Amino acid sequence: MQRMTVAKAMTECLKAEGITDIFGYPGAAICPFYDELYKSGINHILVRHEVNAGHSASGYARITGKPAVCVATSGPGALNLITAIATAYMDSVPMIIITGQVNSDQIGRDVFQEADITGSAEPFVKHSYLLKRPEDTAEVFKKAFYIAGTGRRGPVLIDVPCDVQKAEIDFEYPESVDIRSYRPSSKGNGYQIKRAAVTILEAKKPLIIAGGGLFSGNAAELMRELSEKLDIPVISTLMGLGAMPTDNERYFGMLGMHGCESAKCAVNNCDTLILLGARLSDRTSAPIMLKKGLTVIHIDIDPAEIGKSVAANIPIVGDISIVLGQLLEQLNNTVSENAVPKHDEWKAMLSQSRVDKGIKQVEKGFVNPKWFIRELNNYLPNRSIVVADVGENQFWTALNIELKNGRFLTSGGMGTMGYSLPAAIGAKTAEPNAEVIAVCGDGSFQMEMPELATCVQHNIAVKVIVMRNKYLGMVREFQTNHYGNRLYAVSLDGSPSYTKIADSYGIENMLVDSKESAKEGIKRLTESNKPFLLEVAVPEMLETIL
Amino acid sequence: MKHTISVLVENHAGVLARVAGLFARRGFNIDSLAVGVTDDVNISRITIVADGSDYTLEQIEKQLNKLIDVIKVKTLAPENMVSRELILIKVSCSPKQRPEIISICELAHGKISDISANSITIEISDSTNALNNFEELLRPYGIKEIVRTGTIAIQKGEAAVSVRN
Ligand SMILES: Cc1ncc(C[n+]2csc(CCOP(=O)(O)OP(=O)(O)O)c2C)c(N)n1
Ligand SMILES: [Mg+2]
Repeated sequence: MQRMTVAKAMTECLKAEGITDIFGYPGAAICPFYDELYKSGINHILVRHEVNAGHSASGYARITGKPAVCVATSGPGALNLITAIATAYMDSVPMIIITGQVNSDQIGRDVFQEADITGSAEPFVKHSYLLKRPEDTAEVFKKAFYIAGTGRRGPVLIDVPCDVQKAEIDFEYPESVDIRSYRPSSKGNGYQIKRAAVTILEAKKPLIIAGGGLFSGNAAELMRELSEKLDIPVISTLMGLGAMPTDNERYFGMLGMHGCESAKCAVNNCDTLILLGARLSDRTSAPIMLKKGLTVIHIDIDPAEIGKSVAANIPIVGDISIVLGQLLEQLNNTVSENAVPKHDEWKAMLSQSRVDKGIKQVEKGFVNPKWFIRELNNYLPNRSIVVADVGENQFWTALNIELKNGRFLTSGGMGTMGYSLPAAIGAKTAEPNAEVIAVCGDGSFQMEMPELATCVQHNIAVKVIVMRNKYLGMVREFQTNHYGNRLYAVSLDGSPSYTKIADSYGIENMLVDSKESAKEGIKRLTESNKPFLLEVAVPEMLETIL
Repeated sequence: MKHTISVLVENHAGVLARVAGLFARRGFNIDSLAVGVTDDVNISRITIVADGSDYTLEQIEKQLNKLIDVIKVKTLAPENMVSRELILIKVSCSPKQRPEIISICELAHGKISDISANSITIEISDSTNALNNFEELLRPYGIKEIVRTGTIAIQKGEAAVSVRN
């Protein structure tokens, strides 16, 4: 037990949780905390807009698997974080958001920079606290980290009035927590596991859909083991991309509105669907026409996801790595060595459904983005982290990137433009030795451009690839296809030269507009150990699916 | 279909807002909502009558359970619960009409809670349907004001929705 201010206690809580880096932006109402941060040894990364503190924490958390922290001041600072909170919530990212609040006796009086942030963020948080009683500090932090980092991961907000930060308390960080109303399940139901095992063994055309939950639950390897052992084809959602190496013979691509033929064919023809940590959002399930008589095995940590989008015949709620462990054990006990199923015919059928339209020649002075990403693959080291923004660039990347034990990050559920650079900054901070690349469009880049300064100031060697097509391409394509090609408010005329922008930040850069220059650019980008910006001249009117 | 859901929550500030917000943003329809503390002062009970399909009910239960402050959610089976609502109803009533209204009130097991020169206020606790019928009986006299509490409900027999089981 030690006497200290709440502000100091807050830094002690973070240290006790193993936090070494935080992303933030200060203001008066959070100054007591910043004054303690300064003495704490915690590395604070100053972003250029609060929303990016949130996205950076999100990128960081998705790489470490543990809650990451962002911080902002009261009112506008806190409100600027909301898009990032919602983005993290939709993708189940563990995050702790600390916001300053006006003095507690002034709350509710519309004083300067007052905003009801716990109220405003309520739809997008897993939980939130308004820390009114100084003596609750340790317990609130302990609970917040526990809630954010267990069960279905998600953002937890702690709003701390300025006077509370200055109050003195006796501080001791609790070793354990118990919340009677929050006991996330870990083990799966034994009976359902047995049923699942029998069903999988009897299946003629089984299929695994790998979702983002495999990363949250650290279970991608177990999924691969299941696929390998029983020869089960795998397809992926956008969030699950990379759980299965893209060059695996049992991998049949990504499902979704912008997904590939083979994945669609797989879902529409399988007889047993094994959903692993995937909620099958509307965008993911857009192309699916589930067959009658199909058996769905749905494994998820969140009971509310089971039966929400597809009816599950065998629902299993639990921590995915524990459940997959149970399932593999059950399968080991059930199947005899020589009766291990093989699914050659089924795989052959799926292989035939693979379509590759090849790479189209583009006009002189431009680079085909599909070719570009495939070329980039040749230079990316193992364990690279690729962050795609939102728009056509997102799917050019998602559909062509090769992931060899690396990670692919993107804003899936919310589709938040401007996610890639700040998230890449977070990922690079978490994993400084990994090659971290942000691929964005020229529209998205202009939303996140100020973060180049963050890279320079904090020496974060993120590589940025701007796919410059002079349009909000994906919306332009939508207008072309669904609104009689009446292009309106989608031209990015007036935009700057992105290489000159990089120049003014002192960031190495190159503009590429041919295969030769692109190869040279990719080489320079991957060889550099500093931030680097590559502007890729992409034809103006390309489709998402190339 | 109507569903009566009994929800035990931590008696914290803001819990009701979280529950109400959840219903609003997920498009669940609430017919009535009643809150009160339980025998444990740290726990409140929210009784919600909601309208929706079985799919909706399943989502309501699961989404409620995801709120950290929600301890327990139980949908009560209609045939196996006692459900009550309290109504206070003020009707125009001349001195001449009093005996008539008082006899209706007695028939319905109501209680006269206030009388003035030209009005009478009756309180009754009963099922929502019974109260609706009663309201119709009084309508011809001229209803001045009605206040209803929203439904509360409890299971029949020994079963209890409590943190102890
Ligand atoms: C914050 C935000 N605003 C608007 C949208 C809608 N939107 C989706 S894709 C897109 C165009 C993106 O343009 P750009 O970044 O240039 O990528 P491109 O599609 O051209 O590759 C827009 C505006 C969005 N997803 N997020
Ligand atoms: Mg563009």
